[in-house]
Amino acid sequence: MKYICFGYYDKGKFDGMTESERDAMFDKCFEYDEHLRANGYRAGGEALQPSETALTLYWKNGKVATTDGPYAETKEQLGGILVLEARDMNHAVQLMAQHPAMTFGNIFEIRPVGDMSEIIEASEQRRRKKTARAS
Amino acid sequence: MSQNVPEELSRTIETLYRTESGRILATLVRLLGDLDVAEEAMHEAFAAALDTWPEAGVPDNPRPWLISTARFKAIDGMRRRARFDSVQNDLALYLDARSNEAHSNEVPYEDEEIEDDRLRLIFTCCHPALPPEGQLALTMREVCGLTTEEIARAFLVTPATLAQRIVRAKAKIRDTPIRYEVPSPQELPERLGAVLQVVYLVFNEGYSAAAGAEVTRAELTAEAIRLGRLVSELLPEPEVIGLLSLMLLQESRRAARTSPTGELILLENQDRSLWNREQIAEGVALLERALKSRGFGSYTLQAAIAAVHAEAESVAVTDWRQIVALYGRLIRIQPSPVVELNRAVAIAMRDGPEAGLAHIDAVLEDGELANYYLAHSARADMYRRLGRTAEARSSYEKALALTQQEPERQFLRERIRQLK
Repeated sequence: MKYICFGYYDKGKFDGMTESERDAMFDKCFEYDEHLRANGYRAGGEALQPSETALTLYWKNGKVATTDGPYAETKEQLGGILVLEARDMNHAVQLMAQHPAMTFGNIFEIRPVGDMSEIIEASEQRRRKKTARAS
Repeated sequence: MSQNVPEELSRTIETLYRTESGRILATLVRLLGDLDVAEEAMHEAFAAALDTWPEAGVPDNPRPWLISTARFKAIDGMRRRARFDSVQNDLALYLDARSNEAHSNEVPYEDEEIEDDRLRLIFTCCHPALPPEGQLALTMREVCGLTTEEIARAFLVTPATLAQRIVRAKAKIRDTPIRYEVPSPQELPERLGAVLQVVYLVFNEGYSAAAGAEVTRAELTAEAIRLGRLVSELLPEPEVIGLLSLMLLQESRRAARTSPTGELILLENQDRSLWNREQIAEGVALLERALKSRGFGSYTLQAAIAAVHAEAESVAVTDWRQIVALYGRLIRIQPSPVVELNRAVAIAMRDGPEAGLAHIDAVLEDGELANYYLAHSARADMYRRLGRTAEARSSYEKALALTQQEPERQFLRERIRQLK
């Protein structure tokens, strides 16, 4: 089963680190990522640029409106996501609990992926019916 | 990891996981000394199987292969972490030495030793220092091999809640520390009692769901019976056998207990041809074994009561005299108002509703069962049989107000409707 792990970090703290401290952190984290990949647990993932690079879209007065910055402003920024393939929730917890990023004060939110297959299939059937009626 | 595992092989590996993971994990816990480390190593060994077996083929004896692969993976993991942490390095060296020692005389792969490992793990998961819900969750995951999500679904909680129970229970084991061992003979009766309680809790959770629309959740009862069988194979004490017998005898009535539309059917109205004869025969045979031994207790007595019902062709020809006597013995070793209530109902069956009512009222006077819906529903039943309609209706209404279980509620509403 797939779990998405959202990694949050404290940007102020990160910016205050020396280059060698950062290098040491990256080395530990990437080494662990490689371990996860080698065992087939890492099904994907991406780092994110800082939250000030974000652009947020929403619907207002019948039109799309935009604002700069992230949708949810929190002290900790979302720094990246990791897609885990784990046997169950506790397995995912166990894998992430050992992630070296934890020791640098990072926070992980683990969420099981939602299964939309039934909803998608129902939707496809509705749309097929509509198309059939229209033709 | 290889993406192209033939379907047949991936099924073989999944089956292996289901049948062998309990044993493999228990042995790894002994070799590695830590549940989390053991679990991670086992997962990595199964991942390695998916990776190498498509080319190399399935080993003749997969279990030792998986155990020794997991052992190497655990030591690799220690080494990997040791690069950043000298404590881990010492641990890796220690483990290496320890598991080489274990490996050199081939002890870990002896079946008998592996069965002992399982027993140790069961006692650890059911340790009284852990909260009951933690014992339950841990046993089902680590001993039965169910996933967090499967257990959460069965107990109607979210996976996140259940996952935390497991995380906390594991932390408690590590921090206390609780040792992985079979208790000493002096401690055994009490500790075994805790194990049996977990097994029976799992069963009851499946047999009478606390909330929701289904009275029986077959998967949980089947899991409890499987667990009961395992414990009785590992440790054939009278009460272990008695509990297995009790569960089989209760489970034998499952098909007859609810109507196709989900309504509850009382024992007296059940179609007894639907009772599972195979389970009854096995339950009765186990019961006889437990009764022959000295030192049987409350599970065996409850099984004996269930057996009297199971062997009767109808309510009318049921040996109520014997049931009343068995409840009497049960009260002596396990005094409880619920057991007294059951005895009162049995007395009603033996001597008529008037006598039953007097006994139920005596139990209710103690006050402990004032909010127990079954006490009021039993009382209502006595009034109904005595033709005291108004009193019957008010007792059924009281019972209705005290239960959330949908099939039970339906049943009570129907009774009230019939009295109008």
